[in-house]
Amino acid sequence: MSLELQNISMSVDGSMHIYNTNLTLKKGTMNVLLGRTSSGKTSLMRIMAGLDVPTSGKILWEGKDVTGMKVQNRKIAMVYQQFINYPSMTVYENIAAPLRLMKKSEDFIDKAVRKTAALMRMTDMLHKKPLELSGGQQQRCALARSLVKGSGLVLLDEPLANLDYKLREELRAEIPKLFEESGAIFVYATTEPEEALLLGGNVATLWEGKITQFGETAEVYHNPNNATTAKVFSNPSMNFLNIEKKEGFIYFSNSNKVPARDIFLKLEDGKYLAGFRPNHLELKAKSDSSLHFDTHLSVTEITGSETFLHLSYDNENWIGLVHGVHDLEYGSNLSLYLDLRHIFIFQKDGDLLQTASYVTNR
Amino acid sequence: MARITLSNLAHSYVKDPQNDKDYALRELNHEWEDGAAYALLGPSGCGKSTLLNIISGIVTPSHGRILFDETDVTFADTTDRNIAQVFQFPVVYDTMTVQQNLEFPLKNRGKDAKYIAQRVASIARSIQVEDILHKKAQGLSADQKQKISLGRGMVREDVNAILFDEPLTVIDPHMKWELRTQLKALHKELKHTMIFVTHDQTEALTFADKVVVMNVGEVVQIGTPQELFEKPAHTFVGYFIGSPGMNIIDVEITGKEATLLDAKLELNQSYSNLKGKLELGIRPEFMTLCEEGCGIKIEIIRIEDVAHHKIVRARYDNKDINIIVEEDVIITKTMNNMTFDMDKVNIYENSWLVEGEKL
Repeated sequence: MSLELQNISMSVDGSMHIYNTNLTLKKGTMNVLLGRTSSGKTSLMRIMAGLDVPTSGKILWEGKDVTGMKVQNRKIAMVYQQFINYPSMTVYENIAAPLRLMKKSEDFIDKAVRKTAALMRMTDMLHKKPLELSGGQQQRCALARSLVKGSGLVLLDEPLANLDYKLREELRAEIPKLFEESGAIFVYATTEPEEALLLGGNVATLWEGKITQFGETAEVYHNPNNATTAKVFSNPSMNFLNIEKKEGFIYFSNSNKVPARDIFLKLEDGKYLAGFRPNHLELKAKSDSSLHFDTHLSVTEITGSETFLHLSYDNENWIGLVHGVHDLEYGSNLSLYLDLRHIFIFQKDGDLLQTASYVTNR
Repeated sequence: MARITLSNLAHSYVKDPQNDKDYALRELNHEWEDGAAYALLGPSGCGKSTLLNIISGIVTPSHGRILFDETDVTFADTTDRNIAQVFQFPVVYDTMTVQQNLEFPLKNRGKDAKYIAQRVASIARSIQVEDILHKKAQGLSADQKQKISLGRGMVREDVNAILFDEPLTVIDPHMKWELRTQLKALHKELKHTMIFVTHDQTEALTFADKVVVMNVGEVVQIGTPQELFEKPAHTFVGYFIGSPGMNIIDVEITGKEATLLDAKLELNQSYSNLKGKLELGIRPEFMTLCEEGCGIKIEIIRIEDVAHHKIVRARYDNKDINIIVEEDVIITKTMNNMTFDMDKVNIYENSWLVEGEKL
């Protein structure tokens, strides 16, 4: 069983929403669509569901062309950000609703509802009405309804966005476990990189209507193949710095240059984009070969165990994340260090040239 | 700007409240210092919105008083309290330009044109909307509109306080960083008394000088981010702050000896007269995973690779245990023991923190 998008594109009133996209999703997998608001996540899901017909391209379900087929005729379930339940019906009847529409027997319905409720840990809530439940339980009820009819494709559009932080944390940990057993193809849209990492499976990173990378989630996070993926799949964002190699030196800004060694040795002369993650900036140099930056600190944020540094360096805004609580003066200058092992080098157009060596030795 | 005093304040939506359960907000005494940034943090239904609505004047408390400096405002209208508010969803006038939106609160108060121009220019620079000042608000994205709402909330210098009700909920993660930084910088510059309501611990901790943690109508702890992190006053705070939250393990204590299911630990403090249910709290950040035999044996369930660290999910004594391991640590199959940083161990009696005697 698989869902295949072949050369799908979508334009609305002359503006491109989805650029030429090819994607194959396999049975029993969790697939996260990760991107910012209006990057094309919902457009792509609506096409997968058959709610919208693409401007060009084909959708294959188990090898059969289903492009333009009405959603009612396909076994698809969709869960939205706003959890939708029938308020006057019990949880049991809410979960049973799609099966009643399919005119299944009472016996079949009872078995299916109880099985799904057990999976969602809702057995002792079956007699309650949705409004007697907490937000997390209400969304579990909506999720149970999406699973009960044995859909081959379940589309979840930011299903946890309206829930409290702690509830989200719990459901995120539960969702992969709950869905593993069902064997369906799951597509899960989110704006949050942490959510993608916790869900695991595969991820497709989206940017302005294009999939920039698709692959195993942890792999895409650690090994982004272009600067856009690195930016989309990091929170706070990866930091970037324009560098130039010229006559045996690496120039970071007008005033900062170092002899080209180590990771810079193999580079041809020219301009590049260097990228590194916020947690790799350090207050003290760990090795002699660390790069040194004189940055300007605008604001710090303290989380209790870590400190976020909001910095500027040579017209770039950076974020640093350091362990411990550091009370630093806003508006001051701050020396920071970066180990060469933590630097990704991208071409000026954004394609990855050299992955950071700490990733390769992971 | 003003100091805000809550005196024996409580609120019940029920006419004749009988017990604690009838109170949306249980009795509370607190002073909000002039010029400080506070966060009200808790899950939905914890009473944080009720408290905010009492401060803004939308709700009149059923018990107690609220003072702005020395003035009793318990029964004063919202408009008479001279406060600014920013809500979860942007409130902007679509037909007005960004500039007109930012000018609006000042024009309403009859400020002179020169002052208005100067304030609007300054706020526009702070929230980085100078390049869209002459655009109609209509065509802007939700992020940009919320930025304008924040700017409008902060354009007046003479307000007693600025109240924020989950203002970043609808904002994309990357934009939250930017808006939070701007809020912080503006607070530093203008020194308004700010109260920020949220269910998101990161927002609360990063924004506030002091965080007020609430649960079921009750203030459980007020403290700096560091205090909440290192010394949670209640196991709820330990669970709610931190991701994952504090690990809680059943324990028996005699003096400075703690007995877990199948292990004994020497505590840094000595305890006496402990009654009731005892628990040991230790944060995932303050634990180490190590080789067989070096500590207490746990059952490893799975290891999650989460950005710049790994979360080890484990079980001990029928409870979930989470341990945070740095990204460059390689976890081998034989690493199935945990140890604690004993300085960071807290002891709870009936869910409340108890301090022992230092030896």
